[in-house]
This record gives sequence, C-alpha cells and structure tokens, in this order.
Amino acid sequence: MTVVEKILAKATGQKSVKAGDVLEPSVDVAMSHENAALVINQFNEVYQGTGIEPKVWNPDKIAIIFDHRVPAESSKTATNQKKIRDFVGANNIKRFHDIRSDEGGICHQILAEYGYIRPGFVVVGTDSHTTTHGAFGSFAFGIGATEMATVWTLGKVLNVEVPETIKVIVNGKFSSNVYPKDLILHLIGKISAQGANFKVLEFHGEVIKNMPMSGRLVLSNMAVEAGATAGIIPGDDETAFYLKEHGVTEKIEYVTPDADANYCQVVEINVDDLVPMLACPHTVDNVKPVTSFKGKHVDQIVIGSCTNGRIDDLEIAANILNGKKVAHGTRMLIFPASWNIYKDAMKKGYLETFASAGAVIMNPGCGCCLGVHQGALGDGEVALSTTNRNFKGRMGNPKAEVYLCSPAVAATSAISGEITEPAKGEL
Amino acid sequence: MAKVIYKFGDDISTDAIYPGRYMATVLPTETPQFCFADYTELNEKLKSGEYAKGSAIVADNNFGCGSSREQAASTLRGYEMLVIAKNFARIFLQNSINVGLNLITCPDIEVNIGDELELKGDKVLNKTTGKSFEIIPLPKARQSIVDAGGLIPYTRKILVDSTKK
Repeated sequence: MTVVEKILAKATGQKSVKAGDVLEPSVDVAMSHENAALVINQFNEVYQGTGIEPKVWNPDKIAIIFDHRVPAESSKTATNQKKIRDFVGANNIKRFHDIRSDEGGICHQILAEYGYIRPGFVVVGTDSHTTTHGAFGSFAFGIGATEMATVWTLGKVLNVEVPETIKVIVNGKFSSNVYPKDLILHLIGKISAQGANFKVLEFHGEVIKNMPMSGRLVLSNMAVEAGATAGIIPGDDETAFYLKEHGVTEKIEYVTPDADANYCQVVEINVDDLVPMLACPHTVDNVKPVTSFKGKHVDQIVIGSCTNGRIDDLEIAANILNGKKVAHGTRMLIFPASWNIYKDAMKKGYLETFASAGAVIMNPGCGCCLGVHQGALGDGEVALSTTNRNFKGRMGNPKAEVYLCSPAVAATSAISGEITEPAKGEL
Repeated sequence: MAKVIYKFGDDISTDAIYPGRYMATVLPTETPQFCFADYTELNEKLKSGEYAKGSAIVADNNFGCGSSREQAASTLRGYEMLVIAKNFARIFLQNSINVGLNLITCPDIEVNIGDELELKGDKVLNKTTGKSFEIIPLPKARQSIVDAGGLIPYTRKILVDSTKK
C-alpha cells in the first residue's frame, strides 16, 4: 500500500484498502479559519428540524485560527470573527488561536508549530493549502465549509474515494541559490496545474531525506497547485525531531509505503542543474527560470505566507538585505507566518535589518496573498512574491501581475527593484 | 433547456469565479452578487436577470482550481447555473455537489455562445447544432450525495438514523 492507502485503512479499521475504494475515514484534526463562520451556519442547518441539539463531535479535534483578515478589515469580518469566538466558547474548543501575539499566526504554521499533527493522521481543513500537513506524513486535504459541517457533526469525512498516488523521487544537490520553492515550482511546471488532480503526490529521494521540515512544508503546501489532493512526505527522523522541538513528548510512529506499493505514475527529478524559478502570470504552472525575466521592474515584493514565511525564509532574506536598501520605486512587505516566528526574527535582529532596509514589517496573516487585506496592487503593477498563487486578481487587482519565487529571489530583487537572480555562493 | 452564455478556457480559478476580496461574504443568499465580479459584463447581466436562471457556462480543463472557498459554488448555485467543463478541480467539484450545483463533465463538448443545450441521459445535446456529447459520470462516491439533494440533507439523515439506534 501507498502511504495514503495505509492511513485510510487505519482510519477505517481495515487491513487494507486500494485506490478507488469509497470510505468514511475518521478525522484526527479539523481546521478552519474565518470561514468557520460559514461552517457554523451549515452545521446549524444540518440539525435544523431534527429536534437534536447541535453539538460538535469532539471539540479537542477542532482547531480554529484567525488569519485571513487580521485584525478585521471591515465590520462584516469583525462580526464573523465574533460569531466564531462565541461558538468556540460555547463548544469548548481549546485549539483556538485568536488575534494575539502570544498564540496567533497563519493556520498552517500554527498547526505545525503547536505540534497538532502526527504522521498517519487524517487532517481536513477548510483551506486548500491544508495539503501543507502532508509534510508530517499525514493525509491532509482541503474541503469546503459544508463538508466541514459534516465532519463537525459526525467526526468523519463521507464518501472519500481513495486517491491514486504519484511517486516523486528527488535526487541530486541544490545549488547554493536554489531552494525547495524552486523545486516545487519546477515540479508544478513539469506536470501542470492539473497534473495531480484527484491524486496524491508522495515525495521520496535523497533531497527530501536531507530536507528540513521548513522545506518539506513548502513542497506539501504547494502540492495543491498541481491539483493534488495531498502532498505526502513519509515520516522519518526529521519529522520526529521537529515535533520534539515543538513540545511533543510521545514516541512518533511513521507510516511508510510498502515496497510493492502501487503508483499510477513515477516522476524523477534531479536537482543538480535546477536554477531559481518563477511562476509567471496568471497560472502557477507557467514556470520559467528567473533569468528569463531579468531586469523586469517590480512594484511590490512580498515575503511571507504559509508557503515561505518561516524563520529560515526570513534569515535568507535578512542575510541578503543586511546593510542594503530596498530600491526606491519598489515597496517590500514582510509577513512572518506566525507571531512566534515574528518574535524569533525580532530576537535575531532580522526585523531590524528589514526596517533599516526600508521594508515594511506586517503582522502575521494571509490577507495580502489572496487580496483581502493590505498590500493590494495598483493597475498595471507587478508583484514578486514568495506566496503560492498568481491567479488573475489574486493580490486584489485583476489588472496587475504576480510572479512567484523563493525568498532569495524576492530579497535580491528588492535591492535592484527588478527581477534578479541571486548570486551563487553568496549566502 | 439551457442557453450557453459564456465560454471559458483552461484553469479558471475560484478567484475568477468569486474574487478573494468578497470572501467576507459567506451566506449562499448573498454570494450571487459577486459571481464573476471581474468579468464585469457577465456579472452585470447575471445580476440584472438578462441572463436567465438555469443558463449554461462551458469551460475547458481544470475549472474551479485553487481555493476551497465554497462561495465559488454557492455563487453559481444562486443562478441555478448549468456548469459544463472538460474536467473540474477536486475541491470545487465536491463543493458544488455538496451545495447542489449542477456540474457536467463532458470532455468533447463543442458549443458556441447562444447555443441551446439539453441534458439527455448520459449525453449533452446541442440542439442548435444537433450534435450530442458524452457525459463522464460523477465519481461514484459523490452520486449518492447528489441523489440526496446535497450534503446537508445527506448528513442530516445519517445523524437522525444514528440517534434512533
């Protein structure tokens, strides 16, 4: 069996399952953000007319994090957040992360750094980037609000078809200016935005084995941009190390594929010759080397998001920006992925480096990436961003362009004000 | 019968169907006003009723890719839209079925704007051209939810049955 087959067999109490089987797996973590407002609405609707008192199946398995519009940009959002806060209190949901600097951040970073995920878990979230948690060897996938209302009611996902799995084997060695972000952009470009639709990407190879959790989170996060249901990296010592560092004391058990597991496709990548990449407007699979847009003026640089707002991303950017200035005519926004990362970056002096360079340090959140809160683009403007989507209108303006890249490309380009490949060996 | 009001290419994202900047609006009764908000003419003709409820839109591959926002399904549901595509992105497909939006997967579909379509069993009939095109059935796991009228009634029945035991 593949990893996802093993996880789903366990979650349904069966010895074995295979791709195509229809199952109703029990859920270990059910995550929502501000769209919990709609989940609450649908949840109450399920109970309508039944005479049964609405009650979530297990408050300890529900996590709710405010991140999409924090602090609220409108009275409508604030009212939604209030409704969710009331629901959280009434249902005794403890994994609630409010708009606070001692517990807040982007949902996917919070689930990771608070140690909520284990290898083998079934994780669902009302956010397509829930695939992020496949980095821990879990089966983690995005669902809609109505489907989440079902999970809150019954504790399981109904009618899940076991997905087929594409095995991705990554070998070789990254050049010093190439990062996991370049790898995932390359993969998406290679298999296309629908190349893994309804399928799971399962990552293997020496590059993955040697990759720290922060990089693995980037790969799993963007698996959905190839259409994948999930992007799974089987658990190993790095998984256990990360969880231990984040306060998990129990022994971590890994779920690994059988030697005779059945894959629908195998994709092999050697990263020896991989160069810094861009996803160009307006699809994530429109991937080209950074050098093909060398010299293109950039109006806004964004470093952050659930994809690339972790401490090592900020470290890379700070090392490049140290003692330098963001070019005039270009603005730079930094969104750390959580408040813990924000405070770590403050201690390490990165925030001071950014502020001295002229970058604007924002509070952790998703708003800029999806164009709902701060950092909107003007007509005809160009953004270069470490986020995960470049769809038309994504950063709040259908008449603007968004290019996606690694933190190193973003920071290097901030200094020149134009798309620039980071030098090799400089870091 | 459904009249084709718009044709789309590949990779129409949920940001195109329902732009992120309107995501604070969540209720299915309120989302239709922002349907294809960045396609100004389409949006206006839907809102004004110039395009009748139950009209059809036809797209190429990977329609609904991107975000899990259910507004992208509920906004189309508000116009009782018939959505035909060569194929759909997974989360959008599931959301649509869950909220009772009519999705038809039809890889060989050929239409022009203004054509009249009719669903006939396992085929889409283009009454204007006289040609018919085969429908790929929904994933089997999803058909029972369609038959129940959406995921809420489907879940409600399971809930009620479980408390009777």
